[in-house]
Amino acid sequence: MNALYAELFRAIVPETVLVLSALLVLTFDLVLGRRRTLAERLNLAVLLGVAGVLSALALGLRVGPVGTVFGGSFLLDPLAVAVRAGVLVLVLLTLGVVTAAPQTRQPAEYVALILLATVGFLQMAAAQQLLLAFLSVELASLALYVLAGYDKTRPESAEAALKYFLVGAVSAAFLLFGFSLIYGLTGSIQFGKIAHTLGYQAMSPLLAVALVMVLVAFGFKAAAAPFHLWAPDAYQGAPTPSAALIASASKLAGFALFWRLLWSGLGPVAGQFTTQPGTPGWLAIVALLSAASMLLGNFAALAQSNVRRLLAYSAIAHAGALLLGLLSAGHSGPGPLFYYAATYGVATAGAFGVLAVMERHGRSQELSDLAGLYRRSPLLAGSLLIFVLSLAGIPPLAGFFGKFAVFAAALQMGGVASPAGWLALLAIALSAVALYYYLLILKQALVAAPAADAAPIVVPRLAALTLFVAAALIILLGLFPSALLDRL
Amino acid sequence: MNALPWAIYTSFAGALLVLVAGARSAALARGLALATAVTGLGLALWAAAGFVPGPGLQTLVDLPWVGSLGIRYHLAADGISLTLVVLTGIAATAGVLFSWNITERTGEFFAFYLTLIGGVYGVFLSADAFLFFVFYEIAIVPKYFLIANWGSTRREYGAMKLALYSFAGSALVLAGLLWTYAAGGAQGFALTELARAATILPHTEVVVIFALVFFGFATLAGLFPLHTWAPTGHVAAPTGASMLLAGVVMKLGAYGCLRVALPLFPVGFACWQPVLGWLAVAGIVYAGLIALVQDDFKFVIGYSSVSHMGFVMLGLAAANTQAVAGAVLQMFSHGVIAGLLFAVVGRMIYERTHTRQLGDLRRLPLHRLLPFAAVVFVLAGLASLGLPGFSGFPAELTILIGTWQASPRWALGAAVGVLVAAAFTLRVIQVAFFSRTEPADTAAPAEALPPITLPEKLGALLLLSATVLIGLKPDLLLDWILPALQSPLMQAVLKPGNL
Repeated sequence: MNALYAELFRAIVPETVLVLSALLVLTFDLVLGRRRTLAERLNLAVLLGVAGVLSALALGLRVGPVGTVFGGSFLLDPLAVAVRAGVLVLVLLTLGVVTAAPQTRQPAEYVALILLATVGFLQMAAAQQLLLAFLSVELASLALYVLAGYDKTRPESAEAALKYFLVGAVSAAFLLFGFSLIYGLTGSIQFGKIAHTLGYQAMSPLLAVALVMVLVAFGFKAAAAPFHLWAPDAYQGAPTPSAALIASASKLAGFALFWRLLWSGLGPVAGQFTTQPGTPGWLAIVALLSAASMLLGNFAALAQSNVRRLLAYSAIAHAGALLLGLLSAGHSGPGPLFYYAATYGVATAGAFGVLAVMERHGRSQELSDLAGLYRRSPLLAGSLLIFVLSLAGIPPLAGFFGKFAVFAAALQMGGVASPAGWLALLAIALSAVALYYYLLILKQALVAAPAADAAPIVVPRLAALTLFVAAALIILLGLFPSALLDRL
Repeated sequence: MNALPWAIYTSFAGALLVLVAGARSAALARGLALATAVTGLGLALWAAAGFVPGPGLQTLVDLPWVGSLGIRYHLAADGISLTLVVLTGIAATAGVLFSWNITERTGEFFAFYLTLIGGVYGVFLSADAFLFFVFYEIAIVPKYFLIANWGSTRREYGAMKLALYSFAGSALVLAGLLWTYAAGGAQGFALTELARAATILPHTEVVVIFALVFFGFATLAGLFPLHTWAPTGHVAAPTGASMLLAGVVMKLGAYGCLRVALPLFPVGFACWQPVLGWLAVAGIVYAGLIALVQDDFKFVIGYSSVSHMGFVMLGLAAANTQAVAGAVLQMFSHGVIAGLLFAVVGRMIYERTHTRQLGDLRRLPLHRLLPFAAVVFVLAGLASLGLPGFSGFPAELTILIGTWQASPRWALGAAVGVLVAAAFTLRVIQVAFFSRTEPADTAAPAEALPPITLPEKLGALLLLSATVLIGLKPDLLLDWILPALQSPLMQAVLKPGNL
């Protein structure tokens, strides 16, 4: 028994470090923060947080892929290690711009909540059973709800939090209901055993209900159409670093969890629709969600005048492409999906980082607020160029290769005549539509003249370093995709 | 020859350097940009000097890139690529010289400019379809910023239209290539491998894929009716960018058709050939007629570019050795001549008179105010309408002879286009430069215009000497091009023509 616990502690060292550093952040603020200014307290909290995440990252990589842990509750395979590392990097990118964003009244709590949400993300990447999966999702979500509503000075922030919370709570109920049905049908909460039982169970109405419940919840989490309605408001109203976290690390971890749940837990009832006659299963639903998200996201983004709402609709469109990666992952392996999710996360976190830094020197809501950024801060304009072009899928940036790999995988799955092939062709066609709205952002940032009263923007050192690292990651991962792709 | 990839690397490195230097001093940025462009031209010429023509691509670099998808970093050149690389070097150098007067955000201008050049070199040297596509897209994005930032008439509209057309075209190409890769079970993206994969696809699929890839590339080549981005884009662009757009970027599309679409899908091409030939002829005549009635001087040149690129597409559609060799020669020739025409209109005249309306220009005694511009434009115009002694003549003649063998009716249609080209070229020469020809002493004293600067003269001389050299001795290029057409990939699609 002791050996089992020793193994468990070894496996969850990164989580432990994160919880400890969250407590440390709070304690230091309580003890030392009394007589300090807000800025000093924030800097201290962020530095402690960064140190915690960095050591979690190092320890997580050092533990490495140890296989199943604690009687099969966790699985630390190479993918889990990579996703955990990816999540931690994305959290670092978020933490790096927290100091540059407008100040909050309780800086230490903000950082501590980010760290706690990260614990949830890490668990999502490794969970191998329904209960743990649900707990990790809730742990992450509850922290994110608070983070979304953290700016008490703006009613939009409260609106964002409320909307996110209500929708999220309903989706949690769906998820739990779906899980309970699955447990009832298979008698197990372990993914492996569920798959084993489902292997010789015919599709039943109850199972169909369970699958729909789980996928609805998943749709909410991934902001896939038609369950996307919370996303534009949350992205717009939430404090910028919170929005960055919701859009990047949370998405990567969410896709990791659902990839495991759907393929290693519910794989036998995936059904297939690449050849006629198909068999019913969740693949068809995921394909529908994917098509709806890509169409709605790309076309709705065209009409946005608020840059955060635009990024939200672009996130919905990207969720559609990620779902395409998810359904072809059964054939191609998880490489393309997670390469896409990770690089998308870096680009989005970077774009929100730029907005966060800008917010300190004025508004960064409307597209026109970006006007003349090239003059106000060449660094911000240059890094925004890289992030946005990566989101648009322009080579040699990482976003292009992610799309390329996902589309290739989808086409290889059943050829062009299958729904997956059609989805890939649709996605390629829509990427030309997407270029239009991405260029609208860049047109403001790099072409339009600055407003008369627009002052130059001073980028704090940590934020500058963060944006530089994010931009470098985008370029390097684009030039050397094998470095990441072949490890997944 | 093996130094050729450095043309790509120096362009990208130059772009970074210029960006940094531009923050300090505009003059430094300009000098660095010129040095980079000249280095590229020098490398191209050096490679040309040591080039041994032969069939097939001669590998320059071949490294594994993305192992799991079989993608290789494979750069290679044959006579066709070398011709176009030399053209790129010439156009880039001349373009920098004609952009000498960019004073606003100079560093950024040349950074985008050199990025574009690097992408263009890369396309011409790629032997892996994935790599080809990557460079192709790298060349698209800077165009948007060059036009939107430093352009003139309706620049944001022109830039956006151009970017969306180009990107939509490249999306078609990507769809076609991925389709071939996935459905044909290819092990990688090497052109030979994709060609092999395409042979096992059903006939209807190949016909569709060919259309995706060919029309995707042809959008950028300005094939009628996908050409509408070209005149607006050219007109809105700053002079240096117009020169690159017409000079080399449109060639990217034509080169994509020749290098990728035709040899990979000969079956699909055979099915589409009649349509393509007529589209090319329609483009030649239609764009020429539109050019005939334009009031904006730059629009005349913009439409003339579409018309002349129609000859390239016609040569490709005729698909025999002679016509295709002529098409490559025409790519070079048009690249040089269009650059020259845009330089005169956009830089020499517009920057001084601040008008491009033929109605306004006709009131100015331009031939006396800007004699150098007048002489250059007359020479370039004559070269453009195919006067012997300039590069346009051997190019269009070769295309017409080759086309006659494929379909006399196309050749007759294109011959009408030659007449129209003569008409619109002579019209603008007459209207813009020689409307007021009263003797100097009786004319009202015209306000003096700033004299033509040294960089402009150098750039014009460079381009003029290129067109005259090839006009007098087209064998210089044909000796490279013809052996390249003997490669197995090309022979799969070409019918023999005697030359």
